[in-house]
Amino acid sequence: MSKTVRLRKGLDINLLGEADKVKADVKPPAMVALKPADFHGLVPKVVLKTGDKVKRGEVVFYDKYNQDIKFVSPISGTFEEIVRGAKRKILEVRIKSDGSDDVVSVDPIDPSSLSADEVKKVMLDNGLWPFLKQRPLDIIANPAVKPKAIFISAFDSAPLAPDYDFILHGQDQDFQHGLNAISKLTDGKVHLTLNGKVPADKAFQNAKNVEINKISGKHPAGNVGTQIHHIDPIGKGDMVFTINPQDVVTIGKFFAEGKFDPTRIVALTGSEAKNRKYYRTIIGTQLTDIVKDNLESDNVRVISGNALTGAKVDADGFLGFYDSHITVLPEGDEYKFFLTKGWLGPGFDKYSSHRLFPTWIMKNKKYRLDTNMNGEERGFVVTGEMEKVLPFDILPMQLIKAIMVKDIDAMEQLGIYEIAPEDFALCEYVCTSKIEIQEKIREGLDVMNEEVM
Amino acid sequence: MKALKKVIHNLDPKFEKGGKWEKMYPLYETLSTFLFTPKHVTKKGAHIRDGVDLKRTMFMVIIALVPCLLFGIYNTGHWHYELQSYLNPEQYAGYSDYLTGFGDKVVYGLIQVLPLVIVSYAAGLGAEFIFGFIRGHGLHEGFLVSGLLIPLTMPADVPLWMVAVATVFAVVIGKEVFGGTGMNILNVALTARAFLFFAYPTAMSGDKVWKSGTKEVMAENGGLMPDGSSGATALGDLATFVGDSPSVAGEALSASASNGALLDKFQAAYDPIHAFIGMIPGSVGETSTLAVLIGAGILLFTGVASWRIILSFFAGGFVFGLLMNGISANAYMDMPAFYHLIIGGFAFGAVFMATDPVTASQTQYGKLWYGFLGGGLAVLIRVLNPAYPEGVMLAILFMNVMAPLIDHYVVQANIKRRQKRFKTA
Repeated sequence: MSKTVRLRKGLDINLLGEADKVKADVKPPAMVALKPADFHGLVPKVVLKTGDKVKRGEVVFYDKYNQDIKFVSPISGTFEEIVRGAKRKILEVRIKSDGSDDVVSVDPIDPSSLSADEVKKVMLDNGLWPFLKQRPLDIIANPAVKPKAIFISAFDSAPLAPDYDFILHGQDQDFQHGLNAISKLTDGKVHLTLNGKVPADKAFQNAKNVEINKISGKHPAGNVGTQIHHIDPIGKGDMVFTINPQDVVTIGKFFAEGKFDPTRIVALTGSEAKNRKYYRTIIGTQLTDIVKDNLESDNVRVISGNALTGAKVDADGFLGFYDSHITVLPEGDEYKFFLTKGWLGPGFDKYSSHRLFPTWIMKNKKYRLDTNMNGEERGFVVTGEMEKVLPFDILPMQLIKAIMVKDIDAMEQLGIYEIAPEDFALCEYVCTSKIEIQEKIREGLDVMNEEVM
Repeated sequence: MKALKKVIHNLDPKFEKGGKWEKMYPLYETLSTFLFTPKHVTKKGAHIRDGVDLKRTMFMVIIALVPCLLFGIYNTGHWHYELQSYLNPEQYAGYSDYLTGFGDKVVYGLIQVLPLVIVSYAAGLGAEFIFGFIRGHGLHEGFLVSGLLIPLTMPADVPLWMVAVATVFAVVIGKEVFGGTGMNILNVALTARAFLFFAYPTAMSGDKVWKSGTKEVMAENGGLMPDGSSGATALGDLATFVGDSPSVAGEALSASASNGALLDKFQAAYDPIHAFIGMIPGSVGETSTLAVLIGAGILLFTGVASWRIILSFFAGGFVFGLLMNGISANAYMDMPAFYHLIIGGFAFGAVFMATDPVTASQTQYGKLWYGFLGGGLAVLIRVLNPAYPEGVMLAILFMNVMAPLIDHYVVQANIKRRQKRFKTA
């Protein structure tokens, strides 16, 4: 039965710099990169050597500990290099475009006629599997498990988030095709959750083979974790898969055309970006063409993803695998005098969930926020602030403390299976003591992965 | 500002690791971060952060305390001259020209109260910095509030060295040994007060300390309080009334009649309006429920204090007051329940002490229980144990200790509720 959920808790951060609802093309990138850091915990085993030719859709690396999970190249070209960081950790696997479009091609397949195992095999072999993530742990889905349900959020509620209705518009067929394929992977339901506040695009509204739910409220209403919690929560031993709508389209296109189509519509947003639009590009694209000439100034933070959970990248860095959003914010690396812009200032330039700032009077104002921490890290002092922005029946402070002391029983009981770091992004935002909560959550998930899963 | 910024941050390298003044880093960090929010930027996770920090939060508490401080200054002067007015002018030449003007009261109050504040801050910050140097970090803001709370909970005449000893004790034993701000179990300011209360009871309780200058007046009056005057707090007064079993025309009254007579006497001495405004003797900052409520308004409006704790604390006190009225075994029990809320340190404790987020319950439901039981316990201690006329301090300290237990049950309830979802599904 489909559900309608209303949330009272949460926080919408009004940032300046939404993208105009215009789709623009950019020229194909000269370089793309796959970043293993996008897939938490992945140890890649690269199969190519420098200078090797690679086709679009050909395997570049696979998961060392689960060799069935393969990652394919989004373009045809030559294998350029592996960029390594500390301890020789692989940061980027770069592929240089050769301008042609050689593509690995198979016969189109109708997923409806396939069994679960056959769908799984097609997805694993052709680099489609990494689009699926699993809860608990928020990592690439384990192909050996049959999930009790699959969750898709039809909207993103994060600050400046791209409008999925706009992106998916006109891609009804491919989306439906993808849904048909992934619905084979579970005996349970595929939950597609729409924004209860605005009517969704036809691609979502008319989707078949899915259970359509509605959720309304402030961010993180659009987080799939919030939706799982309120629609079909995860207990110990349960597993669900999650996937983004654009990735469903990619999967659908593969089944329809037999080719890996890495097309990605990406929103360029943020107060420091010019020409804010939706750009049609590809997974892992180098951001040079989209970002570099569209910056208001030099001292900016380019984020692949949204301002709360994204990854910091260079202006000529690469788009994250799961991201359809680029945010450009002013860097906040300046001292702020305490009476004007600092801790005791009037604070008209700061967005706060606390009524210590005049934010709450100016409900419709849009803010140009920078990346300053706005204070120093302290011990946990203030209580009750995180509870206001976490629409889960979870005690955030107690859970975080359980993680800090690595109390596995307590973590389990307090709900670590249900959450991902992104669900706690707002807790991190509002924290008076400036504690890096998302990192703590990830540490907790890693402990659970090692000790329990 | 730019010049100042330049001067300060040109000094940065000297205080950094390996710099010339490396050891003074905590002091430098405290001062420089006070003047300028540092240029730390986010690295990953949430790239933007809420404007709030602990400095702003704590500063708001200090602002909320200002009405109490100002009223306390005036009130100290008021009772000082009030007590003198019982003396005959010729008894003590120095007082013959005693002053009763508003300004004079304020001046006297300032002379008495400001040293308390200065000593409290100096002693506490000194102790904090020593620990800061050992641990290599600057001042954490918690003490900025404790440092003002401590003098406000003291009688105005308390010797300054006692304030210093109590403050150092509270900071070191009450907080720093647990790891510093955010780690303590007991409220720091109340720890200081409780330390003095038990270590030097004559300076902190009885009927000789609440009006500033009592000692001098008594010395002038042959070691006695002047006729007709009283040096006790409202609660203390009631306690002495109870001890004095009154009689009419030499015959002892029946219990209920005697209680009634006591209460009439009590209410005549402390009418509710005066008690509410704060024109009663007591610790410097605690007497005025009105000033406390102004502070409470600021804290609640800005969301710094938990309305759950404040509301339930008052509710707890009132309900237990009614309960005691029902039992009605002594004059204390018969005191109208609302009196409990406006005399003594009840309101001050509810608004500024019980709400300390570090030592209160941390769960939302827990806060309701914590406040309700704290308020109730305060009234119970007052009524059932006249040896401790001020029960609020002990009640809050007790609830500080009990808060983790309350939280434990709230957490268990959360765990059970969460597990139940899977059983029914």
